[in-house]
Amino acid sequence: MEYLRELLTQQVAGYDQLPEVLQIFLPMLLACLLCLGLVAFIPLVAIWGERKVSAHMQDRLGPMRVGGWHGWAQTIADGVKLLLKEDIVPAQADRLLFKLAPLVVFAGGFAAFVVLPFGESFIVSDLNIGVLYIAAISSLGVVGIIMAGWASNNKYALFGGMRAAAQIVSYEIPTVLAILTVVIPVGSLSMQEIVRAQSGGVFNWFIFQPVTFLAFWVVYLGTLAEVNRTPFDIPEAESELVAGYHTEYSGMRFAFFFLAEYANMFLVSALATTLFLGGWHGPGFLPGPAWFILKATALVFVQMWLRWTLPRLRVDQLMHVSWKVLLPISFLLVLAAGTLALWREGSP
Amino acid sequence: MSVTDIVFILTAVVTVGSAVVVVVSRSLIYSVFSLLFTFFGVAILYVFLGADFLAGAQVLIYVGGILVLLLFGVMLTHRLYNLNLTTERFQPIAGTLIAAAVFASISLAAFKTKWKLVGEKELEPTTQQIGEAFLSSYLLPFEIASVLLLVALIGAAMLVRRRTDV
Repeated sequence: MEYLRELLTQQVAGYDQLPEVLQIFLPMLLACLLCLGLVAFIPLVAIWGERKVSAHMQDRLGPMRVGGWHGWAQTIADGVKLLLKEDIVPAQADRLLFKLAPLVVFAGGFAAFVVLPFGESFIVSDLNIGVLYIAAISSLGVVGIIMAGWASNNKYALFGGMRAAAQIVSYEIPTVLAILTVVIPVGSLSMQEIVRAQSGGVFNWFIFQPVTFLAFWVVYLGTLAEVNRTPFDIPEAESELVAGYHTEYSGMRFAFFFLAEYANMFLVSALATTLFLGGWHGPGFLPGPAWFILKATALVFVQMWLRWTLPRLRVDQLMHVSWKVLLPISFLLVLAAGTLALWREGSP
Repeated sequence: MSVTDIVFILTAVVTVGSAVVVVVSRSLIYSVFSLLFTFFGVAILYVFLGADFLAGAQVLIYVGGILVLLLFGVMLTHRLYNLNLTTERFQPIAGTLIAAAVFASISLAAFKTKWKLVGEKELEPTTQQIGEAFLSSYLLPFEIASVLLLVALIGAAMLVRRRTDV
């Protein structure tokens, strides 16, 4: 953000003559708009990608007509259709909460984009507590999902909302503990510091380090569950719950949930990229942000791959994986990371 | 009035306003959802005080943990709307008097105290300081709190356990 303000001061004539309020708020506004554009654009591509990936995994072609080349404009057409649909609120629903819920879910995903380190100076705000901020702000999504499930006044929606809440709260614990194994050697919660600690070649990335190698898998599984993707998609299990917490939603409000889901997929992949895959580091023939987006997209592809390969877990199996498998592993990993840090300090 | 002042006043209004809704709302579910805004407002106030780690922890624990648990509890409750949330003995005069006295004494304390003002300070990372303080000078309270939580955890597990062999 400071970078953006400097750029504006240099490039735009008379910028430093503006009132101080505007001088502070304009870069903020610009940064927000950039993020908003990203949050809207990534799902457009990702949804098209998901349809193509799923189609090819089932030996189909997927969307082929809209826009010419491999149906690239299909999501845009679908988005416009959703925008034009009638805005329906069920008669017995809690109107205020019903309308608020998609916004809360979307705001949670959007706010987390602020600390993603796309490049050396390509970050909206390098907070000192970046990782903690992401873990904290993503809990807004849970509240929004429960809100949607409750306000719909529909038993399937309520079940979906409760399941989502139980699942996300459970998986947050092993995920955050596994993230700690990266924070311990770096000694900082700032996203940029974590990326800088992985500079100097592929083998300095945390995925190739002794303890954090295992932590990557815990984080990947945990975040997969937190964004409610198969094999952890019981909150919206079609065969049991119609569509889970967004059963009653249609048109624009449904689009918000959909956008938030795909934005969150990218978000958790970008988080894993920052923590374990060296962030924007990479061979010099591509700029840093390109590497960052490339790595995150590769992780998003793996999420899609898993979705179209694996069956859904049962509720009890889901809880078993979190509390009896991932949690002990993540405790051991934190212990190991602490011991390793002490040992390294003792023998320089 | 600077930008900081405007943001502070907005935050204060949202925090206090939503806290009032929590207390006076007749529907339990609105109270709980309104608590969300109170928690966020308090987190922003922590940021104003330069306590960035505390703000993050506030949102993580209160919104991500406690609020979700409260919502769980509320959704398992039977009657939610048009609750009459008063105690059996309703004493408006005594209640108002005591509330006014508490308010007066708190505001008197706030205005009479000579606050030590440090002026504008650069935001500095507090995470490391908090960690070091916990593991050195405040180790005993920290450990006592963790043992207390462990006891509560074991107690909860004991209570919900299905007894098969009694």
